[in-house]
Amino acid sequence: MSKRIVVDPVTRIEGHLRVEADIENGKIVDAFSSGTMVRLLEEILRGRDPRDAWAFVGRVCGVCTSTHSLTSVRTVEDALDIVVPPNAELVRNLMHCVLYMHDHVVHFYHLHAMDWVDVVAALKADPKKTSELAQTISKWPKSSPGYFSDIQTRIKKFVDSGQLGIFANGYWGHPAYKLPAEVNLIGLAHYLEALDWQKEIVKVQAIFGGKNPHPNYLVGGMACSISLDDVSGINAERLAYVHQLLKQGKEFINQVYIPDLMAIASFYKDWGAIGGGLGNYLVYGDLPTKGYRDTASYKFPSGAILNKDLTKVYDVDLRKEDEVQEFITHSWYDYEGEGSKTKGLHPWKGESKINYTGPKPPFEHLDTTKEYSYLKTPRWKGNAMEVGPLARVLVGYARGREDYKAIVDKTLKDLDIPVAALFSTLGRTAARGLEAILAADWALEFYDSLIANIKAGDTRMAEMSKFEPSTWPKVALGVGHSEAPRGALAHWINIKDEKIANYQLVVPTTWNASPRDSKGQMSAYEAALIDTPVHDETQPLEIIRTIHSFDPCMACSVHLYDEEGKTISRISVLGD
Amino acid sequence: MLEVKQPTYYEEVIRKGYDRRDFMKFASMMAAFIGLEKSAIGQVATAMETKPRIPIIWLHFQECTCCSESFIRSSHPMVADILLDMVSLDYTETLMAASGVQAEQSLKNTMKKYKGEYILCVEGSVPVAADGVYCMIGGKTSMHILEEAAADAKAIIAWGSCASNGCVQSAKPNPTQATPIHKLITGKPIIKVPGCPPIGEVMAGVIVHLLTFGTIPELDRVGRPKAFYSKRVHDSCYRRPYFDAGLFVETFDDENAKKGYCLYNVGCKGPTTYNACGVMKWNGGTSYPIQSGHGCIGCSEENYWDNGRLYDRASSFAGFGIEASADNIGKIALGATGVAIAAHAVATNFGKKESIHELEVEGKESEHELPS
Repeated sequence: MSKRIVVDPVTRIEGHLRVEADIENGKIVDAFSSGTMVRLLEEILRGRDPRDAWAFVGRVCGVCTSTHSLTSVRTVEDALDIVVPPNAELVRNLMHCVLYMHDHVVHFYHLHAMDWVDVVAALKADPKKTSELAQTISKWPKSSPGYFSDIQTRIKKFVDSGQLGIFANGYWGHPAYKLPAEVNLIGLAHYLEALDWQKEIVKVQAIFGGKNPHPNYLVGGMACSISLDDVSGINAERLAYVHQLLKQGKEFINQVYIPDLMAIASFYKDWGAIGGGLGNYLVYGDLPTKGYRDTASYKFPSGAILNKDLTKVYDVDLRKEDEVQEFITHSWYDYEGEGSKTKGLHPWKGESKINYTGPKPPFEHLDTTKEYSYLKTPRWKGNAMEVGPLARVLVGYARGREDYKAIVDKTLKDLDIPVAALFSTLGRTAARGLEAILAADWALEFYDSLIANIKAGDTRMAEMSKFEPSTWPKVALGVGHSEAPRGALAHWINIKDEKIANYQLVVPTTWNASPRDSKGQMSAYEAALIDTPVHDETQPLEIIRTIHSFDPCMACSVHLYDEEGKTISRISVLGD
Repeated sequence: MLEVKQPTYYEEVIRKGYDRRDFMKFASMMAAFIGLEKSAIGQVATAMETKPRIPIIWLHFQECTCCSESFIRSSHPMVADILLDMVSLDYTETLMAASGVQAEQSLKNTMKKYKGEYILCVEGSVPVAADGVYCMIGGKTSMHILEEAAADAKAIIAWGSCASNGCVQSAKPNPTQATPIHKLITGKPIIKVPGCPPIGEVMAGVIVHLLTFGTIPELDRVGRPKAFYSKRVHDSCYRRPYFDAGLFVETFDDENAKKGYCLYNVGCKGPTTYNACGVMKWNGGTSYPIQSGHGCIGCSEENYWDNGRLYDRASSFAGFGIEASADNIGKIALGATGVAIAAHAVATNFGKKESIHELEVEGKESEHELPS
């Protein structure tokens, strides 16, 4: 007989996630992922100015901050047929790369590391040996025996005080922790360093967007004018500041994050065979180098992979109504008319009404045979798909892109693992690190391009000819996409009479964390948990390892829109 | 009385390898942040040497975690190392090691052990529609969790616009009936720290004030710390002289935008927004929205999502006063309202406008003098 366990709240994530899992003979045999908070932002957007949407949807998430705003301005620009100047594209790319650098590092150290690093065991480390090890794996200068000894002394006193703060009630001493004490100490030291580091790299977003979290965007370009002759504009000082931050960011990623990731991964190779899940991967693509519309120029190539088959990459079209669809079979919503719980709807055609049918709180268990989540269930051509760093790295690799191939092959060789080990919890966590390396390199390329453009005399930052609503068509339909750190993200908009008639978001964590569909197919979290070993049913360490490898972002994933049954017909500007 | 002897900040700082000099530096910077005179630095230092650590419970409801993210961005030199530890952050879903029952146990432990002594921080609004089912954690509604945790809290901090005024999810038609904390909890001191998010150093400053003085900072009539919310962004804006001179950006990225003129005509809400952005700036003083060319969107103001569109001039707001007229001088189309004040403004402003133009011409001339 299996036993049902509940993990709620799943912490070290964004938002509110609940996992219920059935365990039999020390392994998970069934799993259910539930989003338990909803804000109904899409309903709030109706009737508003499309140019304001970026600010509203930016507030969908403060962790992957800026990514929804970026997607929103692209969506509105698509609807209104606006092409932004190259400088605006470069600044958006720079800000997006910086988001990756920040978000992936923070995820690794502050949200994921404690699944692998035993904080208490770090106290047993020999600082001298720790120093020797640190200097073997990296040339990062903070690596003396004295440095590690100081960190250890601080943590020891902290633990002795009896007030463990964020470390209280952790799973310390659990047999699934496998690192030598010295590696634990390195991980702990860098947890603290990364906390200090992360506040620096985001300054790039503040320079261009005025603040972070939630920097400002603009339909038509960016608001930060280039003005070499004014203290308010993007001038030589601002550019030099950006350059320095990017270089320092790259240094930390290459000298701290990646060596730590590789060192830790080398002790957890067994997780290269755990947590694989679906084997279907979906990427919309991002980081244009010749304009957003030229998808072939993207640094992140788009595509879909099915059944782990890296020899075939399928093209993806967000406008086709039979590609991306959302189901509500196990979601707390209703669709109008026949087949509410079995039909899938494309975001431009969808409609739904919230209808909580779960147990009355407080409750112990959800009835997972019925509706059990505020997340809808997106599918691509009927397939459940995983999105995120692993999907992007696999699509880049399968597309034969040299930058991906070089970095993936080197990692597999260094860790001495086969390509198949990428389809796993370990693979997901490693892919995130590889992307951080790429993002740091690309950011410097985009910086060089921006300088070259300015030198060549192009200082335009915004295309404002279609900013005034009087220039817009009466109805317009748009779709915009991006690759958020957590995966493929797209927004769909219907504009009518200068206002938002409908706004729909299908976000990465909705792909990954959704409940099962009308055919009973699991989404990525649930599928990845199947067969995961659980040593102690009272301690969900292995469950959160796999869940954290996806980097959940629940506030993003829960949304609703209600079109009141009205559909605005498509117009020609959307021809693809 | 607390059951456990907690180390003081000073002990904490020293044991973490900093010396007394570092400590004094920290104390003086914190004093500066919370708006104290130099003479009060000694008082801050003394307080931090002798006051015990206070446990913090940080709850997350309907939010986007931007407040937590902003808090960890606080650029103060010792915040990353000290503040997180100093305050004994016993429950925060964003950073805590434990999940599920172990996380809930941490929450219960602190509520029991430090009854009446812990600070409750709330990030997010509480949905009260449909009996609260739109936000549930561990099978309980957010309303239920808030009531339990607030009952024995010493004080409550409502982080950000969500907890202070409902923020984006409470914008019309507020479908989940997202509700700010002060409308649900009574009989407890509540400090509102609005903003989406609040500036990281403001968040750190509020906590340090509580810990240092053992009192809540002086609040304005709506419950915000006066130190950070008593001035309009407009009044502390470095582009204010351009406003007074009637020199405005008319469209983004136009010639006036490149000159850094006032953003009022492209929707800046600085004139109606109370926040510290113009003085403290963001991300360790790197920039703030206006400096980076976009108007203030008024994110710390109540109902800012429903106070007009982003790119509409603030003068269309009801109750907007003097500047509604003063701004017209930019177009030499003086309205009929506020005639006396506006007339005065016009007279002064034309003078300023001319002198700004003269200065610009002078600057350009000096540029030409340089050998190329």
